[in-house]
Amino acid sequence: MLKTFKGGIHPEYNKEYTNRKPVERAKLPSKVIIPMSQHVGAPCEPIVKVGDTVKVGQKIGEAKAPVSAPVHASVSGKVIAIEPRPHPSGALVMSVVIESDGKDEIYEGINPPKPLEELTPDEIKTIIREAGIVGMGGAGFPTQVKLSPPSGKTIDTIIVNGAECEPYLTSDHRLMVEHPEDVVFGLLAIMKATGVKKGYIGIENNKPDAIEAIKKAAKGFEGIEVVELDTKYPQGGEKQLINAITGREVPSGGLPMDVHVIVDNAGTCAAIAKALKTGMPLIERITTVTGTGVNEPKNLLIRIGTPFNEIIEQCGGFKGEVGKVIMGGPMMGLAQGLLDVPVIKGTSGILVLQKKDVNVEEPSNCIRCAKCVDACPIHLLPTTLAKFAQKGKWIEAEQYHAMDCIECGCCAYVCPAHIPLTQWIRLAKNNIVMSKKK
Amino acid sequence: MQDYKFITTSSPHIHSGESVSKIMYTVAGALLLPTAAGVYFFGIRALLLVITTSLACIITEALFQMLRGKKITIWDGSALVTGILLALNLPPGLPLWMAVVGSAVAISLGKQIYGGIGSNPFNPALIGRVFLMITFPVQMTKWINPVDGTTGATPLMLYKMQHVTTDYFNLLIGRTGGSLGETSAIMIIIGGLYLIYRGYVDFRTPLSYLATVAVLSFLLGRDPVLQLLSGGLMLGAFFMATDMVTSPISRLGKIIFGIGCGLFTVIIRFYGGYPEGVSFSILLMNAFTPIINRLTVPRIYGEVKAK
Repeated sequence: MLKTFKGGIHPEYNKEYTNRKPVERAKLPSKVIIPMSQHVGAPCEPIVKVGDTVKVGQKIGEAKAPVSAPVHASVSGKVIAIEPRPHPSGALVMSVVIESDGKDEIYEGINPPKPLEELTPDEIKTIIREAGIVGMGGAGFPTQVKLSPPSGKTIDTIIVNGAECEPYLTSDHRLMVEHPEDVVFGLLAIMKATGVKKGYIGIENNKPDAIEAIKKAAKGFEGIEVVELDTKYPQGGEKQLINAITGREVPSGGLPMDVHVIVDNAGTCAAIAKALKTGMPLIERITTVTGTGVNEPKNLLIRIGTPFNEIIEQCGGFKGEVGKVIMGGPMMGLAQGLLDVPVIKGTSGILVLQKKDVNVEEPSNCIRCAKCVDACPIHLLPTTLAKFAQKGKWIEAEQYHAMDCIECGCCAYVCPAHIPLTQWIRLAKNNIVMSKKK
Repeated sequence: MQDYKFITTSSPHIHSGESVSKIMYTVAGALLLPTAAGVYFFGIRALLLVITTSLACIITEALFQMLRGKKITIWDGSALVTGILLALNLPPGLPLWMAVVGSAVAISLGKQIYGGIGSNPFNPALIGRVFLMITFPVQMTKWINPVDGTTGATPLMLYKMQHVTTDYFNLLIGRTGGSLGETSAIMIIIGGLYLIYRGYVDFRTPLSYLATVAVLSFLLGRDPVLQLLSGGLMLGAFFMATDMVTSPISRLGKIIFGIGCGLFTVIIRFYGGYPEGVSFSILLMNAFTPIINRLTVPRIYGEVKAK
């Protein structure tokens, strides 16, 4: 029996564009734009000046707040600007712009730490923090913070999220096929850092080669179990994954640690492995460049800070009439208006959709078909919430648990009336939060 | 490359491709099965009735929307579905002008007056039918016998008045007196199962409705098979009680709705003045839909389960 959750949808997966394409190294960018905020939490502060020369792996942004993550130079070269630049989130974010000298020289301070067996849990967490590792599935929560639950919260289970349920994306898939030992090593490091004995790696059953590779790599390690999951969106949602694998439910308004679980993305595990094996911080990541609007879809290993247009050019440029460029997957990704935004730590994909593949239908009246109700993995009533939002009834929206919405997009995806349900609920959430601040 | 103008709406960026008109035309397509049976048993007169109500419904909708200065939405297929459903609920020999009046009432009082598609609390086709039943009681109970074309009683009437039961096979295929599209149980079941397969009908409503009628019939000493296969029960269970707009949205709500319909149907059929109670039962339950929705809000993920 495959493990799964209640609700969800079965969109066209469209993974065959890239799921058999080995990861290629992207060309060394001519310049990188490195935002000081690529994570949830406080932005970090630049510690270099315009005119400085920097090397690969050198820290350029210091994280002072508890919930933050430092950032590092991903190329060697000269700092040519430190100024607010467009960020894939749509905001202007203070960024360090480095012009590459093409030498790709590695910073002298990069040295492999002690072997994992000799490291204490605190040393592991410090290395993870200093390496600037954040959740690489898209949300970008600083990993070290996740691994240090407040006192009173016990952790008994680590789950590695290898579900990759977003259509089109294959970056985690290729990572698990090509470097399964890194994913397992990262999990072992997390287990050691948190003193947890039980680790799961959850993978959707549409990636049999990844399941096989990870199973092989995990063989012989006690306490690690590979779990085959049903292929269904949003199987990789944290709450859905925990439910499918452990049967536990994260309480409303709570966090995975409330049910004694930590969830980390497969890419995050590999980044941890890299930092622990080589000392190299998080300066590059695998990104799937795909979709109907790009000539040669690829999985690329990209330096953080590389502008989207350089990446799209390396994939043969645009094809047909392009409607949308999306960072991430089609269900939860962010549509981009500009192409000079950089690849950041959470850029799992760059998806280019032709105009004909973009949903631009005018909404019509709700016919109360309840497809959204059946699809919602949180078991909310999206149509009811959207009606409250349309009328500005924020109190009612909150009573109907609007704040529990994970914004997975299932409701809007299935709505035959093309009502942007997810957007309405998002609006309700924003207004509920604002009313609390007053 | 920088000259591109990208669309920057928020996620999700893809859609299932489902649409209201696709649903409506599929339902209309499924209704062609019982319609075909009606035409086969009652002749071309039945086809004329279906065309009349369909056109009358569509024209009423267009007129209403024009008068109110609203967008004309007759192409979404919902008025067509109402038209076909209404015809299937009428005696095949009903004067056409009465059918037009019924259609106009169905769309105007049953749907548009509330704001059009999605806003109506009651099933428009049933509003039309009940209006006709009350206004033209004689013509609405004049049933054609499919075998010889004479008029006669329906199976439920025969049973109620004279305790005569009709042959199961005739009930199943529809060779009995009755409304145009209600007589052929088998055609309705096939159409209904197709809609369940397509995901446009939730099996919970017809199942709980039919099961309630069967169980109560059995407990009250009546023939459950006769009760299931005769009258408007099959059409009501598969095509009317499942109307998306007027039935509950939660799964539990759909079951409660079906049980309620079954309960009312049995009460009216066994103890009421009418031989048949499906239309009234569904309309009564339509009135309960908002409260059922309020009482059956599903337990959300993670609610009160902290440990």
